Amino acid sequence: MRRGKLFHLQLAFTLAVCTFLIVPVILSVLAGVTVNYFQGLSSGLTLRWLGEVWALYSETIFLSLLIAVVCLAVNLMIGVPAAYVLARKGGRLARALEEIIVLPIAIPGLAIALALIVTYGGFRDFRTGWSFILVGHVLYTLPFMVRSVLAVLHSVNFRELEESAASLGASFVQRFRDVILPNVKPGILAGSLMTFTLSIGEFNLTWMLHTPVTKTLPVGLADSYASMRLEVASAYTLIFFVMIVPLLIAMQAMSRRR
Amino acid sequence: MSQRPALLLILLALPAGVVFLAFFLLPMARLVLIGASGEDGAAAYLSVLTTPRHLESMIATVLLSLAVTLAAVAVSTVAGVFLVRHRFPGRSTLVSLLTFPLAFPGVVIGFLVILLAGRQGLVGEVTKALTGDKMVFAYSMAGLFVGYLYFSIPRVILTVMAAAEKLDPSLEEAARSLGAPPWRVVADVILPALKPGLIASGAICFATSMGAFGTAFTLATNIDVLPMTIYTEFTLSANIAGAASLSVVLGLVTWAALALARNLSGSTVAAAG
Repeated sequence: MRRGKLFHLQLAFTLAVCTFLIVPVILSVLAGVTVNYFQGLSSGLTLRWLGEVWALYSETIFLSLLIAVVCLAVNLMIGVPAAYVLARKGGRLARALEEIIVLPIAIPGLAIALALIVTYGGFRDFRTGWSFILVGHVLYTLPFMVRSVLAVLHSVNFRELEESAASLGASFVQRFRDVILPNVKPGILAGSLMTFTLSIGEFNLTWMLHTPVTKTLPVGLADSYASMRLEVASAYTLIFFVMIVPLLIAMQAMSRRR
Repeated sequence: MSQRPALLLILLALPAGVVFLAFFLLPMARLVLIGASGEDGAAAYLSVLTTPRHLESMIATVLLSLAVTLAAVAVSTVAGVFLVRHRFPGRSTLVSLLTFPLAFPGVVIGFLVILLAGRQGLVGEVTKALTGDKMVFAYSMAGLFVGYLYFSIPRVILTVMAAAEKLDPSLEEAARSLGAPPWRVVADVILPALKPGLIASGAICFATSMGAFGTAFTLATNIDVLPMTIYTEFTLSANIAGAASLSVVLGLVTWAALALARNLSGSTVAAAG
């Protein structure tokens, strides 16, 4: 195809959109390592702000990682079997159940968090611990794990595989472990990455569910945006980017392979 | 199959079922009841129409979400179709860059908007150098619009690209060989074929913008969008019944938008953030 004016116009437009998305990220990264952002880069580069963030907020980073790991584990334990059952059962009931399971994506986190607070807010130990945040994260990420595994189950002919394994005398546990799980591995992997990434970045629910002693990374970020100097807030954001970008690259690589 | 697998299936589904029942269905039911437990009873559910402050906030949120949706779909369609149609050096890098803000939470995007258009922002510096006046719009509806657009573009582009890849190029060639000018090809061939995908991603974009909280929270607590109104009712006014009824209404709106999207397209994309 000849590349005329239209091609270049569209390219310029797409590059402009890309600039809109990337420039603020670059600004943020630069601000995080600049001695004085308002004077500009000429004031020199420093790791001081990163050090300050580490001193002030390192706990939020560890809490976020802990919650993300446990959230992923719970998703693997309850989400993967649930997806298998939904695929195996099929029919109207399974579809209706799937609709209900994905509701937490459709309903704003704020509403779900309020619902959890009015129902379980009275249980003090539960309310003030990080498991309260974990519950919110599990609800919010479970649909992604179930969907991801379901999609793969629907694409491989798992019934036939299972039947042939059964005809060879494999027990249910053997079939699940040796036939189903290896076949849905791509779905589990994609779902796991998604779950972990979403949990690390979740704010809408977490802001309502957290307490002063259970601050996660995004909650700490909001805190620093409101009360810290721009350089510290940027350095903190930089740490968040460093954590989240490898996960995103892995997700992009996975979706390209599929 | 024999009886035992049926029992096993129930056992496998049980943990997810229990978690869901205890921590989602039950609390949501309670939220609905509490929404009706205030002074006005069940009429609280109409407060979004009868209380001027709530109605204003609802209208502002709907208008903002519609504007964001239209802008995001328009921008993403042009860029997405272009990226699917053409192969050129650097294309895959461009696609990666356009989709990588996908997992940025709303709070972070709020901060990025501040860096872009806040008091010390890039736009302010540039406009000051050019015109002498500093342009600052981060802490207003305009800032929120930019933030939600930032949030939506990566998602919508992905959906548009997926839909555009399924387009049949021979239809366009046929239209062109019959003498249709480029704009007719776009209007009569490309857009109708993309329509289900565009409506679906638009609905997702709308629902996400309606329910988003983080960006508004970072930019300013006095931007009157519905999630902020709910938050203020809950924390500052301690009006738990009011906050509950408003969030149930908000949940119904976003759920309806997404249900529409699913019916029109048969799929949903993440409405995170």
